[in-house]
Amino acid sequence: MKRIAGNFLAALALALTVVVFAHAALSINGAGASFPYPMYSKWFDEYRKSNPSIEINYQSIGSGGGIKQVTEGTVDFGASDGPMNDEQLKAFQDKHGFGILHFPTVLGAVVPTYNIPGVTGTLNFTPDALAGIFLGKITKWNDPLIAGANKGVNLPSAEIVVVHRSDGSGTTYIWTDYLSKVNDEWKNKVGKGASINWPVGLGGKGSEGVTGQIKNTPNSIGYVELIYALSNNISYGSVKNSSGSFIKADLASVSAAAAGAANTIPDDFRVSITDAPGKNAYPISSFTWLLIPEKFSDAAKRDAIKGFVKWMLKDGQNYTEQLSYAKLPKEVVAKEEKALAKVQ
Amino acid sequence: MAATTTVPSAGPISGSRSFLSRLRDGDEIARLITFLFAGSVVLITVLLILTLWQESALSRHKFGLHFFVTRLWDPAAEQFGALTFIYGTIVTATVSLAIAVPLGIGAAIFLAELAPARLSDALEFFIDLLAAVPSVIYGLLGVFIVVPLMRDYAQPALKNTLGFLPLFSGPMYGIGFLTAGIVLAIMVIPYIISVSREVLMSVPRDQREAALSLGSTRWESTWKVVVPFARTGIMGSIFLALARALGETMAVTMVIGNTPTISASLFSPGYSIAAVIANEFAEATGDVHLQALIELGLVLFLLTFLLNGLARLLIVITSQRGGAAAHA
Repeated sequence: MKRIAGNFLAALALALTVVVFAHAALSINGAGASFPYPMYSKWFDEYRKSNPSIEINYQSIGSGGGIKQVTEGTVDFGASDGPMNDEQLKAFQDKHGFGILHFPTVLGAVVPTYNIPGVTGTLNFTPDALAGIFLGKITKWNDPLIAGANKGVNLPSAEIVVVHRSDGSGTTYIWTDYLSKVNDEWKNKVGKGASINWPVGLGGKGSEGVTGQIKNTPNSIGYVELIYALSNNISYGSVKNSSGSFIKADLASVSAAAAGAANTIPDDFRVSITDAPGKNAYPISSFTWLLIPEKFSDAAKRDAIKGFVKWMLKDGQNYTEQLSYAKLPKEVVAKEEKALAKVQ
Repeated sequence: MAATTTVPSAGPISGSRSFLSRLRDGDEIARLITFLFAGSVVLITVLLILTLWQESALSRHKFGLHFFVTRLWDPAAEQFGALTFIYGTIVTATVSLAIAVPLGIGAAIFLAELAPARLSDALEFFIDLLAAVPSVIYGLLGVFIVVPLMRDYAQPALKNTLGFLPLFSGPMYGIGFLTAGIVLAIMVIPYIISVSREVLMSVPRDQREAALSLGSTRWESTWKVVVPFARTGIMGSIFLALARALGETMAVTMVIGNTPTISASLFSPGYSIAAVIANEFAEATGDVHLQALIELGLVLFLLTFLLNGLARLLIVITSQRGGAAAHA
């Protein structure tokens, strides 16, 4: 009995040393957006394989939470689907005495998805049709604004049921940011945000809530992330871009939107690339960002984070497509590599 | 051992024992510890209100009492009002109690008074199981089973028969106040049955026997003697159900439609206080938005407080009348 206990204690001591040893590794904490979470967790995992001494933990608590926590200083970096606004930047500056930088990591897109009995093909949507439907001004599927872009499709004269996200979400931010850009009435009456006051429609919780509602409700329309639509085999429509062509979202057309906007991207990367120029650009696309403070008091942490971002921009981008995220265009990567020097 | 030796001295002279001896015997320690436990309930409640109050300062100052009567909830324009959410919370809780109270009490009467003991115990086991099912499961059940049934069968049937009432008019999406109320009813029925059954079973045998010996039937003794005797406890079970219905978040948000509306129709999609907090809190970036959500938490607290107080008042009134009837 004694010997067993002795063995047990020895094993425990060994286990503890291993744990302590493992914890001697540098631990970095981040929090924020849930949309890129699968990508980030894959990256952190892969990065750790080549850098076993660095452990990056990420909590996907939502963009709002990420901005709040990095501002409070409870995490080393944040992540967000929408750029921080001027007020939030000022709050960070006031609290810490230095600024915070945005680094785009991957691209996401939002697609219109619908359920119309008898319509199986891909529908084309003009910006005005989408805004009109979500404003509640277009109420029937055979409205000329929809039918005009879908010659040959037999659209029913049924009432349109609009479905939107009820939970605050980066997806809603991108969708409403796009509608605000392409439609003045939307911009003035509704505006953009992670949660907004919807003129019409039913709210579903999460992407699964929206798709569930659409599947269950004939003649409905809603919006989901491209990655969600791809991984769940949900059919979705094409949207007319600023060059006048109807583009069905895929990884290439989303990257094309970022490439189209590359020349006009400001140095702080706080930019919306919805309705971007470019013949093949899908118009409802967006970056998602890492939020990294300009200064670190701990040099080891700073080097580790910079090392990760450098790796993410180069090797990390190779992992994006297997997880259905669109990769950053070369122009943006080059620009970010330069901006990384600002982190001290 | 110490405890047994003091037993004879307990009783009339216990008050004269010195503080020290009572301390040594553990009475004072037990008193103090249990007092702390009981006091912590009050402390937690006070701290909760205080925190909600402090954290919603911005929103309270900006909107004042208008918060309670404003329908608009517009995070993009930072304009917030709670009226639609208060309405949705009260309507769904009312619908759920209207369904759950008669069903739950009826079932409890059967289990306590009429069913054989073995059947009653077996069913009680299932009822306790139902009470332990997580609310997200009820929500999923709502989305996949109740919503399609409502849209395809229940709502058209109601519209065809009772459609002249504004309650059952308008487009039928399957989701909305009525569906949320039904799902809530399913969730709270186990509470009502379980507590009411216990209360009914604890009614003294003499009460039943007295009624029977005076010539009343089994049902008369149950309905006129046992149920009135247990009324306070049954009311308690209804409070528990009401509290759960007011605060339920997950299951409600999955079937209510999440659209801030005030509509006479129970078919209309709506929104409840708990649901909007759960939906918008994580991504609320603006300070006013966040604080308005916290103020909604405060409103829900007040609403629960108010409804509970009203219900308690109802008990006091009815139990006085019941007491008077018993004396007559």
